[in-house]
Amino acid sequence: MARLRGTGISAVNYPTGMNLGGDPSQALIHATTSGSFVVSLSSTDLGQGLRTVIGQIAAEALGVGMDDVIIDTADTDTGPHCMGTFASRATHRVGNAVIAAARETREALLDVAAEELEAARDDLEFDGQGNIQVRGVPDRAMRIADIAAAAQFKYGRTIAGRGAYMKPRSPVDPETGAMDPDSTEAHACTVAEVEVDTETGEVTVLSIRSAYEVGQQVNPALVRGQIVGGAWMGMSHALYETTKPYYPDPDHSPKDFSEYLMPGAHEMPVIESVVLEYPSSNGPYGVKGVGEMTANSPIPAIVNAIYHATGVRVDELPVTPELILRGLDARAAAARG
Amino acid sequence: MSPALHVVGRSVPRSDGTGHVTGRTQFTTDHAFPGMLHLKIVRSPAHHALVRGIDLSDAERVPGFIRALTHVDVPHNVYTILGLIGVEPEEEFVLAEDRVRYKGEPIVAIIAESESAALDAVARVRLDLEELPAVFDVEEALRPGAPIVTHWGSNAFMYEGHPCRRVRFGDVEEAFSGADHIVEGVYNTKPIEHAPIETTACIAVPEANGRFTVYTNTQAVYFSLDNTSIILQIPGNRLHFIGGTVGGGFGGKVDVIVEPLATLAAMKTNRPVRYAYSRSEEMQVSSTRSAWRIYVKDGVMADGRIVARKVTSYADSGAYSRQTPYALTKHAANASGPYAIPNVSIDAYCVYTNHVPASAMRGFGITMASFAIEVQMDKIAEAVGLDPWSIRFLNAYRDGDTKPHRKLVEDATLIETIQAAAVLVGHELSPELRGLTSAHRNEGGE
Repeated sequence: MARLRGTGISAVNYPTGMNLGGDPSQALIHATTSGSFVVSLSSTDLGQGLRTVIGQIAAEALGVGMDDVIIDTADTDTGPHCMGTFASRATHRVGNAVIAAARETREALLDVAAEELEAARDDLEFDGQGNIQVRGVPDRAMRIADIAAAAQFKYGRTIAGRGAYMKPRSPVDPETGAMDPDSTEAHACTVAEVEVDTETGEVTVLSIRSAYEVGQQVNPALVRGQIVGGAWMGMSHALYETTKPYYPDPDHSPKDFSEYLMPGAHEMPVIESVVLEYPSSNGPYGVKGVGEMTANSPIPAIVNAIYHATGVRVDELPVTPELILRGLDARAAAARG
Repeated sequence: MSPALHVVGRSVPRSDGTGHVTGRTQFTTDHAFPGMLHLKIVRSPAHHALVRGIDLSDAERVPGFIRALTHVDVPHNVYTILGLIGVEPEEEFVLAEDRVRYKGEPIVAIIAESESAALDAVARVRLDLEELPAVFDVEEALRPGAPIVTHWGSNAFMYEGHPCRRVRFGDVEEAFSGADHIVEGVYNTKPIEHAPIETTACIAVPEANGRFTVYTNTQAVYFSLDNTSIILQIPGNRLHFIGGTVGGGFGGKVDVIVEPLATLAAMKTNRPVRYAYSRSEEMQVSSTRSAWRIYVKDGVMADGRIVARKVTSYADSGAYSRQTPYALTKHAANASGPYAIPNVSIDAYCVYTNHVPASAMRGFGITMASFAIEVQMDKIAEAVGLDPWSIRFLNAYRDGDTKPHRKLVEDATLIETIQAAAVLVGHELSPELRGLTSAHRNEGGE
């Protein structure tokens, strides 16, 4: 009996968004009296940090600080339509809608700023720090908050913007499968290192090291959150999880977390990553989508590493100790002839 | 050159982080309303059965019992969640009528003053069921004579006249006959639960103006509102959905299961109604990731180039299709992986069985394709005597290639990603491999 170590790799692509029925999201922005910008949406934060990254995109596009952006989302009485948070689509779709709404909002700001600064509209620029100034003349600048206040109390105007983004519906050719199902592709390459106990069949994942290409990152810490969470989920899919342990036999379904196996914190391997940023042509600031993909590449990398360690090919998931022990037995029997 | 970014690209603290870690974030079931009732479901104990009768007499005597709902109370009881975007036919029963198709299928909704009273009443409902033969294996389900799961007559979802989503690109049979190696594999995966920390839940509150406010942890508030409007046959202007904070989705909260019944219960009782899955409901009757069986046959030349790939995939949709038909479409567009293969044929079947329905899950149609393809790549490397890095570089797609579903490749950074992974783990690549680029096919060293 031995503990055998092996390394496996995998390389995957992952599409952003979908085509079925069209894939729209919308955003509305308006300024308050104090120069805050309310971004109204119907988009859902699943815990991945959507409110934060959309707030960043709104702040960037409006040229104001994060503190001046209020994300008001997922109330159907106030938010315009969003398809939902899935298909690695939300940052891409909602981000594009917010940029479009911010563009219209900026036009309204420039109209007021031109009058307040007594300058030609085309000579004005946003400094990205919460001000509008005459291009190249920082002395002739005005706080966006003051412009918003002037719009409401001096000029009686709205500072607001509408934005929409939609991937149009792409019907599938039923004969050839020709279709345009996504907006861009992200990529991952994972190298997994495992140790297999040949007496118990247990697999210990020692490390998951990956490179990701995700376009522009909006928030690298949240990307890292997806990477670590995805590595855990992929490892869990590869080695532990199922609702039907004897599938297709439907019986013996687990009822709770004491019966449904998942790795615990103490089973987390070393997780290292490097992120490449090749901007997409159609995402906000070149964003692609990182949400779903991070769970995919660890699975085949772990399965390939088990083969490298033991010579046992397991072509089903999850790879249980029983499958490994049966594979080892079959190899031993074959070796004996 | 793009202008300098000020906020995008920075790791600003997440806006909800403090609330999450201090317990102050309001999740759906943190809301409570005076007079709130609880809804619990009587579920099928059988995998496949005729419903002969339902006896509520004992349940009605449980203290706190308010009323029961059956299929006759649901205005539009047979629906398809993707019907909103034209997917047909309508096939899923909000509450079962004459037949149940999976163990756990909802038959009766019980509304009671407390959760315990609702559970007590659920336990006292007597069902008269006549069990039917059931089918649990995707390929058995497609054989002649298999029990038919759907009410409309086929165990295969129909894609514009075909029983599978097809991709046809080049001529695989001709390419197989000219290939030096044929590498085949069969890949099986079991169903997986999303396992969110927060279970699926909503609370429907009747308002004085005749509208209903629905607090929900759906991943898609309008999708849920629009489906609820259809099922209840009420205009959308009577529904007000509030959500946006979800304790884990992973695709499991894209189904519209709890909102229609809770809203119907609120309409019938004129009181707030909470319908929240228990952990065992989340584990045992909420949608799963499909089980998959994927047959892959690759034709490979002696130098390692893949010249043909034939894929036959079966996703187990369970008793109803929910989001699975679209997963197969996405699967079909990605079953060749990030590789340039000139001849590809894909048949991807969405199969009905008597399992709990599957639906969307993170990686939708692609996770298991990636598993099959990437294990297959290692087998191909071994067959032609290449290492697992080289086989992937050799076959990697490049900008300007055409994918089997005839989409031009324009974001192919696979080569750069593999090169970066090699650097990360200290794997030495040859100058030739280090010099490759996704941008074009002009091969050459550094």
